[in-house]
Amino acid sequence: MRSLRFLLEKEFRQIFRNPAILRMIFIMPVIQLIILPQVADYEIRNVKMDVIDHDHSMYSREMIRKITSSGCFELAGYHDSYTAALHDVEHDRTDLILEIPAGFERTLVRENEAPLFIAVNAINGMRANLGAAYLNSIIRDYNQEVRAEWIRFPRFDEQPRIEVQQRNWYNLHLNYKLFMVPGILVILLTMVGAFLAALNIVKEKEIGTIEQINVTPIRKHHFILGKLIPFWIMGLLVLSLGLLVARLIYGIVPVGNIGLIYLFAAIFLLAVLGLGLLISTISHTQQQAMLIAFFLMMIFILMGGLYTSIESMPRWAQVVTWFNPVTYFIDVVRMVVLKGSGLKDIAGHLGIIFIFAVVLNAWAVFSYRKRT
Amino acid sequence: MKNPEKHYEYAITADALSKHFGDFTAVDRITFNVRRGEIFGFLGANGAGKTTAMRMLCGLSKPSSGEATVAGYDVAAQPEDIKRNIGYMSQKFSLYEDLTVTENIRFFAGIYGLSDAAIREKSASLLRHLQLEAEKNKLVQSLPLGWKQKLAFSIAIIHEPKIVFLDEPTGGVDPLTRREFWEMIYTSARQGTTIFVTTHYMDEAEYCHRVSIMVDGRIAALDTPAALKKHFGAASMNEVFLQLARQATRQAD
Repeated sequence: MRSLRFLLEKEFRQIFRNPAILRMIFIMPVIQLIILPQVADYEIRNVKMDVIDHDHSMYSREMIRKITSSGCFELAGYHDSYTAALHDVEHDRTDLILEIPAGFERTLVRENEAPLFIAVNAINGMRANLGAAYLNSIIRDYNQEVRAEWIRFPRFDEQPRIEVQQRNWYNLHLNYKLFMVPGILVILLTMVGAFLAALNIVKEKEIGTIEQINVTPIRKHHFILGKLIPFWIMGLLVLSLGLLVARLIYGIVPVGNIGLIYLFAAIFLLAVLGLGLLISTISHTQQQAMLIAFFLMMIFILMGGLYTSIESMPRWAQVVTWFNPVTYFIDVVRMVVLKGSGLKDIAGHLGIIFIFAVVLNAWAVFSYRKRT
Repeated sequence: MKNPEKHYEYAITADALSKHFGDFTAVDRITFNVRRGEIFGFLGANGAGKTTAMRMLCGLSKPSSGEATVAGYDVAAQPEDIKRNIGYMSQKFSLYEDLTVTENIRFFAGIYGLSDAAIREKSASLLRHLQLEAEKNKLVQSLPLGWKQKLAFSIAIIHEPKIVFLDEPTGGVDPLTRREFWEMIYTSARQGTTIFVTTHYMDEAEYCHRVSIMVDGRIAALDTPAALKKHFGAASMNEVFLQLARQATRQAD
């Protein structure tokens, strides 16, 4: 155990002497945590819309006013012909075309229904879909308002109407930041941990100092622990910093016990660092280690349930996410921060991540060879 | 141990020691013994297999076949026991450049299990001997190469190993520093340390008690420098080396 003390001393000295590592640990995550949540949400704003109004009636003008005042749409063009509007789509100047046919008002009043035409630029599928859905719902609202007005003059029978009211549990105002910030924090923690660990041992291989270590009677697990512990402490510091940013900038205060987040993070970090060290022991150059770490990180991030819901992935992809440690932490951090889940609720996740930690670190110790 | 007396007399024994990388035989059944306290020169052209052989003896590389003992321990079966008893200075400079002189000394001394008192004492005497007291808190990367090499050697023997392996320790170093370096080697040998050294400088080969010359993974000659010169009818070790190295069929790396 004595040699572990000297290893730790050395690692800490090297970390604190390396401004690049300190920047990577402390400044980059904070900047990313400040920037990324501002842009990583699914709210669609500023959908550009072209309107072709063949009717020029009171109703059509009122409807256009209602759509543009919703804040979601921006009137990009007002044309007389469909061809002109399509031209805008072709040049990517607009996302949607709303065509109001001539006689819209008259048909609506006389026949109690009137057709409208919406064309969607589906290059950006999500934007197009959500934009069209918003537009539909605004038009539906407008339709109901019109009807409500008519009902006051009893020209028509009052129709029974069902109105659905929804309530968003755990995130009352569907604040995306509340949902995204904890998840992004998990990603940052994973990246800092995995990259630092992945680059560390392989760096000693490149500069040749590993030979000098390997020719000493040092125990393999002491060497790995000597690499693991400093980054583990750094990881917990990054987490604390991240939680502070979440509180100060986004006003996010975990509903549940913050100690649970630390407990889970402590074991999660061991798993991630173990993976990094494993990558480091099997790589020959820092470039190799970087590419492997980057490849895994892409999968971890895109298949971790941060941006897309795991439940809507194909079955095989869901199976892949079981082997993604990030999935469990994102789940846990959301459960604790948003819902106030307790130890009992996260116990299963805790057990799984513990297995990850044991397997990955044992594998790293095993694959680190003092002799070739 | 099959023959305890042999191990008492010899610091290193090798018997048909070989290393293959796929079809390539880097070291081909080398057999030799190194006496205790001897300065043993291990010569050969680039790619002759010197470093591979040395790495096997240090427990950094697993032998493909043959047997060898270092400090009485079996190279194949007891590499970790060997590591407690040897010092090693690799071809690549391998102290931590981003640590200071004192920090490097402290780290390696600690890894070898020296007590705090011993570390303090060793550091002080080492810095005094190398006249590095003024530089002790400088990062190693700021030292000139010659000083780095002398420091690396001193650290390689900080735990007072029975045997020290030096892989081209004076590569790229000026003649004066080389001279000083060899004085350090002699001092160490006088204190009973066995020195196993590879070099490309033939004047250095003359300093060795005995010299082996490797050609294409085999030991082509092994004797004292004087006997080798006589045997090959050469005036200097340089001529001996050239005569043997020209027989090589293998491409240098």
